[in-house]
Amino acid sequence: MLDYFIRRLLGAIPTIFIIIFISFFLIRLAPGGPFDFDRSLAPEIQANLNAKYHLDEPVYVQFGYYLKDIVRGDFGPSFQYKNYTVTELIVQGFPVSMQLGLSAIILALLLGCSAGIFAAYKQNSRFDYLVMAISMTGISIPNFVMAPLLILLFAIALSIFPAGGWNDGAFQNQVLPIITLALPQIAYIARITRGSMIEVLRTSYIRTAFSKGLPTVYILTRHALKPTLLPVISYLGPAIAGLITGSVVVEQIYGIPGLGRYFVQGALNRDYTLVMGVAVFYGMLIIVLNLLVDILYGWLDPQIRIRSKQA
Amino acid sequence: MNSQGLFASPRQQVWERLKGNRAAMIAVAIILFLVVSAIIGPWLSPFSAEVIDYEAIASEPSFTSGHVFGTDSLGRDIFVRTLEGSRISLAIGLVATLVSLLIGVNYGAIAGYFGGRIDAVMMRIVDILYAMPFMFFVILLMVFFGRNIFLIFIAIGAINWLDIARIVRGQTLAIKQQAYVEAARIYGAGHWKIIRKHIVPNLLGIVVVYITLTIPQVILVESFLSFLGLGIQEPMTSLGALVSEGANEMETHSWMLIFPAIFLAVILFCFNFIGDGLRDALDTKQTEKQAS
Repeated sequence: MLDYFIRRLLGAIPTIFIIIFISFFLIRLAPGGPFDFDRSLAPEIQANLNAKYHLDEPVYVQFGYYLKDIVRGDFGPSFQYKNYTVTELIVQGFPVSMQLGLSAIILALLLGCSAGIFAAYKQNSRFDYLVMAISMTGISIPNFVMAPLLILLFAIALSIFPAGGWNDGAFQNQVLPIITLALPQIAYIARITRGSMIEVLRTSYIRTAFSKGLPTVYILTRHALKPTLLPVISYLGPAIAGLITGSVVVEQIYGIPGLGRYFVQGALNRDYTLVMGVAVFYGMLIIVLNLLVDILYGWLDPQIRIRSKQA
Repeated sequence: MNSQGLFASPRQQVWERLKGNRAAMIAVAIILFLVVSAIIGPWLSPFSAEVIDYEAIASEPSFTSGHVFGTDSLGRDIFVRTLEGSRISLAIGLVATLVSLLIGVNYGAIAGYFGGRIDAVMMRIVDILYAMPFMFFVILLMVFFGRNIFLIFIAIGAINWLDIARIVRGQTLAIKQQAYVEAARIYGAGHWKIIRKHIVPNLLGIVVVYITLTIPQVILVESFLSFLGLGIQEPMTSLGALVSEGANEMETHSWMLIFPAIFLAVILFCFNFIGDGLRDALDTKQTEKQAS
């Protein structure tokens, strides 16, 4: 197990390096810089600015500087938010994004799994068709369409929840963003759980359990649940990536001061270091979370456990 | 087309099964209808997408004025703009998917055909790329190199080829064992000729499924970018851009949001149904189950 863990960790290093490499060169080679103002600056000031941020040196030297700083956990100063470093902005924005993302994934797992299990248990019933129809809708309607529709319904027509803003994380302000983030994941998880549960219910050990006369709830929770959830666990990796991408739009629409919003603002303002820092941070986050998902999967699936013991 | 049972070729069997899937057939009909109306619809309307109707600025949908979907805050007809937006979105879906197909099929076929160390290295690269937060790179590309429509085609296509490459590689591994590939080699056909003439044509069945599943993904990415203001620019429009405009005005003029949103959702919905239906129809596991 430890062996497997270390191998996966080492495998992640080239991925992170490529992320840093691509984002660095994309930004440096792009036209336009953070000091391109409408009025041109005095040449001395321009030169000083360039020297301060090493912009006067060759690109590969700049890459060396950047890499060295990242290893020390320093993403440099933000070009746009003058008094902040990128690390400070990440520290500020990430907890907000994480709170939304975590709530959304927990909600999605709870609702998606239970809907999927019941749909499978009552296969081809009306409830089953209803769950499948709703989940197809959830998959097909993108979050940037869902968010305005939710605002239209719950904030403008019914005025139950505020249409946006963060308000230091007040509960009412969190409801709509979390629902928007969770809906597509609920849909995917429900579909996966249903498919997997249908297969599990066909196995002979479940038939045995039923013929022993065990109560249905007991069979579903004690015998069928664990194998059913394996495909859901392996879906968690893509789900996390989807949530992070989704948070960019959701934070933008609801005006939430999270990391995704900083990313879009940074991209629009050509804030080199901020955009790069957030991209690298998210890249590393996705890799680490995928690693955790893999380990969880190995721990839950006896087949993998046995295979890694034999190897 | 009515050859049945024993004499039906695999392709005909797939077609028969697909015809049996009512949801998929309805989706095909709706998509065809939308494609045709997106192409010819704007010409049939008395209004044009860029012309401002000063008599009806931000007016409600009404049949008497002729603006059946209403107008936007500049007095442009939303019905025509929605159709034009659908046209751009569908075009991007098609072209970007072709780009990803071109990269994915070639990459996967080469990796699978040559095998060994080449295969190992090429697929390792795919594994690494899988872990990338691609949306962020596309956003970077859009910001840095201007919001050029061709760049959007290529950038979106260039990030969606990984799935296709994997599938094609797996199929190629199986196909290159076939007797006809060996026969071609004995006749002295070169590597490229074998890949082009014997392997790629036999992959197309699976590839078609992935085309129908890639198109909605691509449309989604483009709409996502346009929604953030990083995609299609005025005077052109796409469904994502229209949804974005509509979202800004929805408090007082909800029709500006609702019509483009419905179009986008219906298009994505239909492609997902077609893809699911095709996958079921091609699923050999199901064939075996029916046969046994």
